[in-house]
Amino acid sequence: MSHTQTTPGKHHFAHHFKDAHHEFDSCKVGMWLFLLQEVLFFAPLFVAYSLFRSTHPEAFLEASHLLNWKLGAFNTAVLISSSFTMALGVNAAQRGLHRKTVKYLALTILFSIIFLIVKYFEYTHKIHAGLLPAGMFSHPVQHDKTPIFFSIYFMMTGLHGIHVLIGIGLIFWIMMRAKNEEFGPEYFTPVELVGLYWHFVDLVWIYLFPLLYLIR
Amino acid sequence: MYSDTTADQEEKNNYLNHSKGIKSWLTSLDHKRIGVMYLFSILIFFLVGGIFALIVRTELWGPTKTFIDANTYNQAFTYHGTIMTFMVILPLIPSAIGNIILPMQLGAKDVAFPRLNLISYYVYMSGALLAVVTLFVGRVDTGWTFYTPYSIRTGGATILVLAGAFLMGFAAILTALNFIVTVHKLRAPGLTWSKLPLFIWCLYATNIIQMLATPVIALTLMLLTFERLMGIGIFDATLGGDPVLFQHFFWFYSHPAVYIMILPAMGIINEVIPVFSRKTIFGYGGMAVAVFGIALVSFVVWGHHMFTSGQSETANFIFSLITMFVAVPTGIKMFGWIATMYQGSIRLDTPMLYALSFLFVFLVGGLTGVFLATLPLNVHLTDTYFVVAHFHYTMVGGAIMAFLAGLHYWYPKFVGKMYLEIPARIGCVLTFVGFNVTFLPQFVMGIRGLPRRYYDYPPEFTQLNQVSTVGSFLIAFGLLWTFLFLIISAYKGPKAPRNPWGANTLEWQTSSPPYHENFETQPIVTKGPYDYHS
Repeated sequence: MSHTQTTPGKHHFAHHFKDAHHEFDSCKVGMWLFLLQEVLFFAPLFVAYSLFRSTHPEAFLEASHLLNWKLGAFNTAVLISSSFTMALGVNAAQRGLHRKTVKYLALTILFSIIFLIVKYFEYTHKIHAGLLPAGMFSHPVQHDKTPIFFSIYFMMTGLHGIHVLIGIGLIFWIMMRAKNEEFGPEYFTPVELVGLYWHFVDLVWIYLFPLLYLIR
Repeated sequence: MYSDTTADQEEKNNYLNHSKGIKSWLTSLDHKRIGVMYLFSILIFFLVGGIFALIVRTELWGPTKTFIDANTYNQAFTYHGTIMTFMVILPLIPSAIGNIILPMQLGAKDVAFPRLNLISYYVYMSGALLAVVTLFVGRVDTGWTFYTPYSIRTGGATILVLAGAFLMGFAAILTALNFIVTVHKLRAPGLTWSKLPLFIWCLYATNIIQMLATPVIALTLMLLTFERLMGIGIFDATLGGDPVLFQHFFWFYSHPAVYIMILPAMGIINEVIPVFSRKTIFGYGGMAVAVFGIALVSFVVWGHHMFTSGQSETANFIFSLITMFVAVPTGIKMFGWIATMYQGSIRLDTPMLYALSFLFVFLVGGLTGVFLATLPLNVHLTDTYFVVAHFHYTMVGGAIMAFLAGLHYWYPKFVGKMYLEIPARIGCVLTFVGFNVTFLPQFVMGIRGLPRRYYDYPPEFTQLNQVSTVGSFLIAFGLLWTFLFLIISAYKGPKAPRNPWGANTLEWQTSSPPYHENFETQPIVTKGPYDYHS
């Protein structure tokens, strides 16, 4: 590993900032604003969910029995663990413990891949059973609005899944940089920001799980 | 102010000639260059959107077919609306003028995230090109509103336009985020919140709307795409969904979006009127708060676009009532501007002429908005030419007039040359007259019940339609005239001093055109932006 890439305390901040701390602060505000707009990005799906749930509770009741809550619960535990390892990774990066940072970030990636594998098995099972978005739905059901639940299910978990995929890419990127020993007490902005993003992705799932799998 | 040698120095070292070649522009992280790239791209789209407007107006010269068939006509007004809203008016002032002026008014060297700024430009461009390319690969005829169920069933490359609008929305979100952080973190020493120029306040409020409303339309357009691809049914009644839900989502964004168009326009008027009246702006605090009042109310009035969509009587009543409240902060702004001019030493330079045109047309646009907010009148006027005239008075008369005010006001700063005053004034008068000739008759046609977007109309509307069409060509002539002379001015105009208007905001304290990093030394702010007498 090269030790010369950046010496701690000598991070070159962009020319329009006063100092490295000013840059870090600005980046953090930017990330929080980004997460704020993410909330609004998911919002229409939550609205659609609430609307169809309130007008057709019986269909949603039937549909939630068609989901496997045990797999959902397992995935929830996996994602919460990944948030924990992410937090440990950010902490290690702040203290300049390069090898620990890499280790925790690798664990986070591992957990998120487990999440996606479980999701893959859930999806294939649904596709075989014909539990698909309304236009392609072919499973025998009692209520004619039940397919709409699956439209919302696939849109919500799919959008979340895309966020997980992007998260894996980002964590891999900062893991590589951590391997180059780029982070330390003076400069850990990317790790901090990716950490915030990752916690947000987890938080979305923590809402999706009870709404889709548990409420009956 | 400065000697010849420093003038030579400035000549040699400004953002325009800092580095050379097309590549130095396309990869530049300098907010001024990115702003100029936005400006040129948007103006090209403005030309395209304008051509579609002329096609629509020409077809409406007489009842039935004039020169294109009904389907082509539907496509023409779709492209006119889509291009003008998503590609032109929404990004026009914030992304083009805002990009250049905002960091300079703050006394900063750049926006907070210059690379993100450049990325936003390319995201915007790819979105815009995706939408425009459909002209050649399967045209779209949904209208710019993409209402379901028609937008699910109709042919054409609708998905490409949806994807384009999605990308342009994403670019707007990133730009807004960038500007908000810049305003919070990069103000010059001494530039407290209560000394911020009102243009900044207006952009800031705009950015908040962009950040909070755009994600909603982005997801909605994505759902519509999936609706077309695999029939998810959320907006499709035949699959158990709800088409009106689409309208709710659409207007939850698109109503605030009209304030994305008008708030930056108000920002420009806030700058121009005090400078050319040589007076402090009347009620600085009230003017700033009013902007946020408008931004706040904009989020809770979307239902007034849907009075006839079958939403409940109660909802209609409440939306009608809240919509009336928009008139309060808007009124505060109108009276503030008029009070600023009162007993001022008014100079009628081109920016001020445009600002006065703005006051006139925006007053008409705003007051007809109150007509439309009135529930019983709205039921009569929904989807008639009255609505078309109303929103053109606010969006074209408001946003475009203010844009032209700002373009002339900051032209010396952008280019380093003065524009040619007399032709610019003639251009302003032509555009203003053309605008009113085009849209005043549409109010009359609307009240008499002529529905919008129709290809054909009863013969008694022929005369008014022809007046409107003549007006539209007059606007086109006025705008071409204006831009022609702006191009000529870049070569023939006299050299611009640092501060030709005697304005107080920071962008006028640096050279024209500004240095690569905006200022020679970090400016320090000691007095207010409109403090002309101390």
